Order: sequence, then structure tokens, then C-alpha cells
Amino acid sequence: MLARVENLRVRFPTPQGWVAAVRGISFTLGREKLGIVGESGSGKSLTARALMRLLPRHAEITANRLEFDGIDLRDTSERAMRAIRGKRVGLILQDPKYALNPVMTAGAQIAEAWAAHAGGGRRAALRVALDLLAQVRIRDPRHVAGLYPHELSGGMGQRVMIAMMLAPDPELLIADEPTSALDATVAAEILRLIEDLVSRRGMALMLISHDLPLVSHVCDRVLVMYAGRVVEEVAAADLTRAQHPYTRGLLGCLPSLAKPKPMLATLARDPAWGEP
Amino acid sequence: MRRVKAILATLGSVAVTVFGLALVTFLIGRVVPIDPTIAIVGDHAPPDVIARVRLELGLNQPLPVQFLIYLKHLFAGDLGHSVMTGHPVTEDIARYFPATVELATTAIIVAMLLGIPLGVLAASRPGTWFDQWVRIVTLAGQSVPVFVLGLILLLVFYGKLGWAPGTGQQNVLYDGMVPRITGMLVVDALLDHDGEALWDALSHLALPAIVLAYFSLSTITRMTRAFMLDALSGEYIITARAKGLSGARILWRHAFGNIAVPLITVLALAYAGLLEGAVMTEVIFSWPGIGQYLTVSLLNADMNAVLGATLVIGCVYIALNMLADVAYRLFDPRVR
Repeated sequence: MLARVENLRVRFPTPQGWVAAVRGISFTLGREKLGIVGESGSGKSLTARALMRLLPRHAEITANRLEFDGIDLRDTSERAMRAIRGKRVGLILQDPKYALNPVMTAGAQIAEAWAAHAGGGRRAALRVALDLLAQVRIRDPRHVAGLYPHELSGGMGQRVMIAMMLAPDPELLIADEPTSALDATVAAEILRLIEDLVSRRGMALMLISHDLPLVSHVCDRVLVMYAGRVVEEVAAADLTRAQHPYTRGLLGCLPSLAKPKPMLATLARDPAWGEP
Repeated sequence: MRRVKAILATLGSVAVTVFGLALVTFLIGRVVPIDPTIAIVGDHAPPDVIARVRLELGLNQPLPVQFLIYLKHLFAGDLGHSVMTGHPVTEDIARYFPATVELATTAIIVAMLLGIPLGVLAASRPGTWFDQWVRIVTLAGQSVPVFVLGLILLLVFYGKLGWAPGTGQQNVLYDGMVPRITGMLVVDALLDHDGEALWDALSHLALPAIVLAYFSLSTITRMTRAFMLDALSGEYIITARAKGLSGARILWRHAFGNIAVPLITVLALAYAGLLEGAVMTEVIFSWPGIGQYLTVSLLNADMNAVLGATLVIGCVYIALNMLADVAYRLFDPRVR
């Protein structure tokens, strides 16, 4: 088992008191593709970042169990965390326009990710970077390596981001809305690329998205989150047989090309969904 | 082609600014209720002498004509003669300016070496006692007037403790002993391999440089801290952390790397501010620099000298601004 999370809670202090963002989440993750679906603010990104201990300084994390590969992440030192971040768990963020350092070239940023864990000289790191750029199917790696983030298109930027996170060869890749900032066609390509690389390297994938059909298409298992809780856990293949009214409601309001509806259904929220 | 255009645009704006500067200084010189002729011939000169000198100075001409004459002289590098010293103003400025450069440069180096790390470290641990302490110290530096701090330092370190030498650029003992090469005593003493004179120059430089450095250190630290707080909240910092980089590398390579270029502008402006802000400090410490020259000229209604010095300080300001602009273009990949 790669990750074990039991009763994870994340809350933030505000002038009005504590605000709970994640309210008791439990799940396990093996070498599989796990999808986490939910709307904005449902706590899916925080859950993923808690696994890398990348939450803001003032966030308070509690859990009965928060483990990665048997390592208790609750009281791991920052130094020990650094050996996990990047090296064993990679994180792909939503928008490469903001997630890449604007004053470093793409090549330098990938080389740095590799060198941070493998050591090695500049020359070796750059060679690895070019090789990785080729692996994420960039046609002219040498040229792209010398470009700055503002010179890259959204799709290219995300490929660079993926190459960077694959550089130290991690066991788990967390993709936090990796395609929401991209055009639909580019998004499909990027997703196929992630899927392909994850399968080929035998990595585990945690795919976070608000796009239910997309996640069920890529992943083996799906967690549906609502207001800081997991309301349903379902095998991707069984999604149509989902029980929870929130999940059913989400599925019900999807447009379909095969069976067009004159009027799309709206989601009627039940306050009880947010209760324990 | 784009770069050539940008350079031409910069030069054009510089030309317009310098013209405006010359116009304003000229007008101030003519509008102030000081009669330059009386400053030359004295209060009790007979009316016909005053009239003749007025004619010689061209003061009977209409203002626009006077301005054209002023510009013509300016282009020839002629700022007129100082009434007080009897020398051409350009010669005077060449004499006094190096001392100011020496003082301001020392101050900006000290301010930079202390201010940037202080700002970066404060921003890396916001809200801690260290951060609060940095904020109080820098706020004080911006609020306490230079002359108050200067006088207190003189009182304590010269008056009471006797650790620092008195005012001036050097002990009278060394007056004229060091051959004048650059006009900056520390550099000249170094070039002359004169250890004692060097020590004397450095010890005279210490207090005024500390006063000035504290003043611009405050600005530099506060700006660095604000820039860093902004940079550290960027998404790319989360990426850098997710890569497993060390705290120091994230702080200096990723966050500081992003603020280095805007910081150049702050430094250039702080340096320019020192060159002109040295006026007070130079008066308090009797530092023979351009500020001192300007003040004494002003008090003696020596308008040529005042206008000349103002113009030179203004031009230095514009030049530093332009350099910051060029540095921005050279070092920031987003503007390049």
C-alpha cells in the first residue's frame, strides 16, 4: 500500500474562528489510478497536498493515520519530507503559466528537479532534461529547453511540468486539475500522455478534477468529495450505478451528444450531504 | 529593430526630461527674489554699476531669450562662474562631487549588503519576532530625520565616547598629503599606498556613511520584504517545494530570482536618493561634497552655483533611472 489516510482533517484559523476545509477523510492508495472528484472548495486539493505536507504554514493538519509507504507523515521532519517530495511523489499543478518559475528556462527547471535528488553535474542534468522533454513528446527538445515559461503555450507548459515531475522518477504522481487551464483538444492529449507515462513506468496516479466523466475514464477508482468529506467511493466502471444523490445529481446534469436533452437538469443540494 | 526602437524611445524621453529640468532650474533661478547682480557687486554699489553688470549678465533681455542663452552655454558645458569661489561652476562641481560619490557609494553598498538579506529573511518568516524587529528598525530608519540621527551619532561617538573623529573628510594633518587623483579620499589613499591616510579617511567616512546607509537600508529592506512576500505566495514556489528543493534554494533561487530585477530599480533610485539626500548629512558632518556646496551657495545667493549643482544632481538621477530601465530590459526574460 503506497498511501494510507485515516480521518484526515485540515482547518484554517480565520478572524471568525476555525474553518474546517477537510473534515475527516479516509482512503488508501495502492499502485493504481485513483480519481478524486468534487467541486471547488470540496477539499480535494488540500487532501492531496496534505500527503506532501505542502499546505500553507497556518493550516492545521490532524489525522489518525497519514502514511506514505509506511512513513508516518504527521511528525516527519522537513528534511525527511524533502526526500519524499519530488523524489517519491510528484505534483502537477493546474496552470503552467503560474506554476513554472517565470525567470528560469524550461530546461533549467527540469534539470533542477533531477539534480536535486540525483546529484550530478549540470551537463548530466541537462542531458536528462532533454531526454525527458522528448519523452513528453516535445518535438524540438533542445529549442524548448531554452525557452522561458511565457514563451510556451499552455499545452507545452504542461508537458514541461510533467517532464519536471517525472525527472526524479517518483512512485506516485499527483495531478491536481492538470487540464483545467487547457483547451479541450490539448487537454485530451495531455491526459493521454499522463495516462501513458504512468502506466509505462508503473506509477500510481492520483488525479484530481471536477470533471467526473474524465476521471472515470482514466482512473480505476473514484472518490467523490463534497464539503470536505468523501461522500462516495466507487469503482470507475460502476460509476453509472453510483448511490449517493450528489454523484447521481452530477451525472444527471451532464449534456450528451447521443441523447440530447431539451433542458439540462440542475443540482438540488441537500444540506444533509454536508452533515456527518 | 524592436530593441533599437526601445533604446531610441528611452533616449528621447531622457532628452525631454533633461530639457524640462533645465527649464525648471532656470525659471527657479530667475523667479526667486534674489538679484544676481547684487550678489556680485554688493548691497552698496552705485546704481550705474548695478545697471552695467545687469547688462553684462544679459538680465535686461526677455526671459525666453535669457533661457536660450542659458541653453547655449549649457551645451558648451558652461554653467557660469560661481560668485563665491570665483571658479567656473563646472570646475567646482568636479571638485566637490567625488566626495559625495564616495559617501553615497559607501552608504549604498552597506545598505545593500545588510538590507537585502534582512528583507529576504524577514519575508521568509513573516510574523515572527525577527520580522517584527526588522519592521520596527526599518520604520524608525524611514521616520527619524537624517539630521537628528547624525547629530545623535556625533554626540555619542565623537562627543562622549571619542571613538570617531570629528567632522570633515580627513584630519587637517593629512590635508594635501594625498595626491588628488579621483577626488575620493579613500580611493586616493589606497592608490598612494598610504595606510595611515587611508585609515584616517575611512574613520571620517564611517559616521556619515552609517547615517546615510541606515536611511536607504530602511527603504531597501522594506521593498525587498514586500517583493519577497509577493514572490513567495506564487504558485511556482509550491512547484519548487513539490520538487523537494531545500528552503534556501527556494528562497534565493526561485523567490529572490524573481525579484532581483525590480530590486535593481529600487537600488538605483535609492542610490540617486543618496546622492541628493546627502545634502543634510554633508552639512552636519561638514563633508566637502556637492550637498555642502549647494547649501553654502544657496545661503550666499550664488545662483549660478545653485543652478549648476541642481542640474548635475538632476542629471545623475535621470541617468540612474535610465540605467535601471536598461537593466530591466537586459535581465528580465519577460521584457527582453
